[in-house]
Amino acid sequence: MKYRDEYRTPDAARGYADAIARITTRPWTLMEVCGGQTHAIVRFGIDQLLPESISLIHGPGCPVCVTPIAYIDKALEIAGLPGVILCTFGDMLRVPGTHSDLSAARARGADIRVVYSPLEALTMARENPGHEVVFFAVGFETTAPANAMAVYQAERAGLENFSVLVSQVLVPPAIRALLERPGNQVQGFLAAGHVCTITGYEEYEPIARKHGVPIVVTGFEPLDILEGVYRCVRQLERGENCVENQYSRAVRRPGNAMAQHVIQAVFQVVPRQWRGMGGIPDSGLGVAPAYRSFDAETRFGAVNGEVEAQGECLSGAVLRGEVRPDQCPAFGTRCTPERPLGVTMVSEEGACAAYYRYRRPAGGQARE
Amino acid sequence: MCLAVPGRLISIDGDDPLTRQGRVDFGGVIKSVNLAYVPEVQEQDYVLVHVGFAITIVDPREAERVFEYLRTLEQEADEPQ
Repeated sequence: MKYRDEYRTPDAARGYADAIARITTRPWTLMEVCGGQTHAIVRFGIDQLLPESISLIHGPGCPVCVTPIAYIDKALEIAGLPGVILCTFGDMLRVPGTHSDLSAARARGADIRVVYSPLEALTMARENPGHEVVFFAVGFETTAPANAMAVYQAERAGLENFSVLVSQVLVPPAIRALLERPGNQVQGFLAAGHVCTITGYEEYEPIARKHGVPIVVTGFEPLDILEGVYRCVRQLERGENCVENQYSRAVRRPGNAMAQHVIQAVFQVVPRQWRGMGGIPDSGLGVAPAYRSFDAETRFGAVNGEVEAQGECLSGAVLRGEVRPDQCPAFGTRCTPERPLGVTMVSEEGACAAYYRYRRPAGGQARE
Repeated sequence: MCLAVPGRLISIDGDDPLTRQGRVDFGGVIKSVNLAYVPEVQEQDYVLVHVGFAITIVDPREAERVFEYLRTLEQEADEPQ
């Protein structure tokens, strides 16, 4: 596939790995923010191509993983009401709530449907006028324009049986929160390229300056990630802290103006609870007052977001980058994708799922 | 979840800027995609598609840059210090 395969060529990857080795004189710790990047790193063994002195810490960039349990419980509560069709991305189905998950609720008869796009949920509302159709709108900035557009079009079409349960989160406040945590180890960031197609990267510039960290907007293919690491290490070696754009084929500095316009119309910035990180001010999006009637929390009651205890599961520490998945005592034994203890093992983009799939402990069989 | 896949826009249907759809070819698999967020897109452009929406147009010149940059780094390494 064009614009994918060419960025996976082994010779060029080795070329970048050699270039990184040539400029590295000291240990450096970088964080890739996005779960998609984590998967690429683990799948293609990019971390193993790097000099040992460079550590990649996996960040909290999996929206399914950071969605608090209270939202899963609310989705379950709504799905259990008569006449409701709950639509969700497939990733959310097996995320454990306090007592159950959406997959189990569906098996018990709740009308829960997996959609690929929020617009499918909108179509379902048009086709089922006697039902309340609720879309579980989870995501980072990349998904916000799609989720916002569903609400925007519902309002335009006068669809009164459509609403959204919103758990939208924002990357820059999470980066700030990570940098301000005591004992922070991260010296440079690979920012999530697809998030920045929407937002651009101006908002990252004051973060880089204030905290003295380089931030490189980075794509998702092996060469993208290797070039992102190169640019980040080069800045660290030179004592610089700028924002660079590695993913220039897809990201422009101001981002996508049309998408930002629709997001700002439909949503407003709100504080959010993050699984593993707790409450972060201004780190999420909620439905704006003008579209309040499309907010599932208006129709079905507000979510009470408490930060939950995790038991044996270390997913909170994994999400903060403090523990690598394979350092968890339950990893691959008491915790597997089939019987997950925590959400980072459930989600396709969770760091634990990536390690389970591509870095099975000795004796395990790798699937790929 | 923030996965976005590159594909080639082969046709555009509709005039309403909010609901304009395109047929996008992902290496032989054709899908219908909302084009509201890429108003300047033209047929044959490559777009990145996320949950049914084209979110950006791939810049073909910038797409070469990762290879050009690597060549520069390798030339620097070959030059005598």
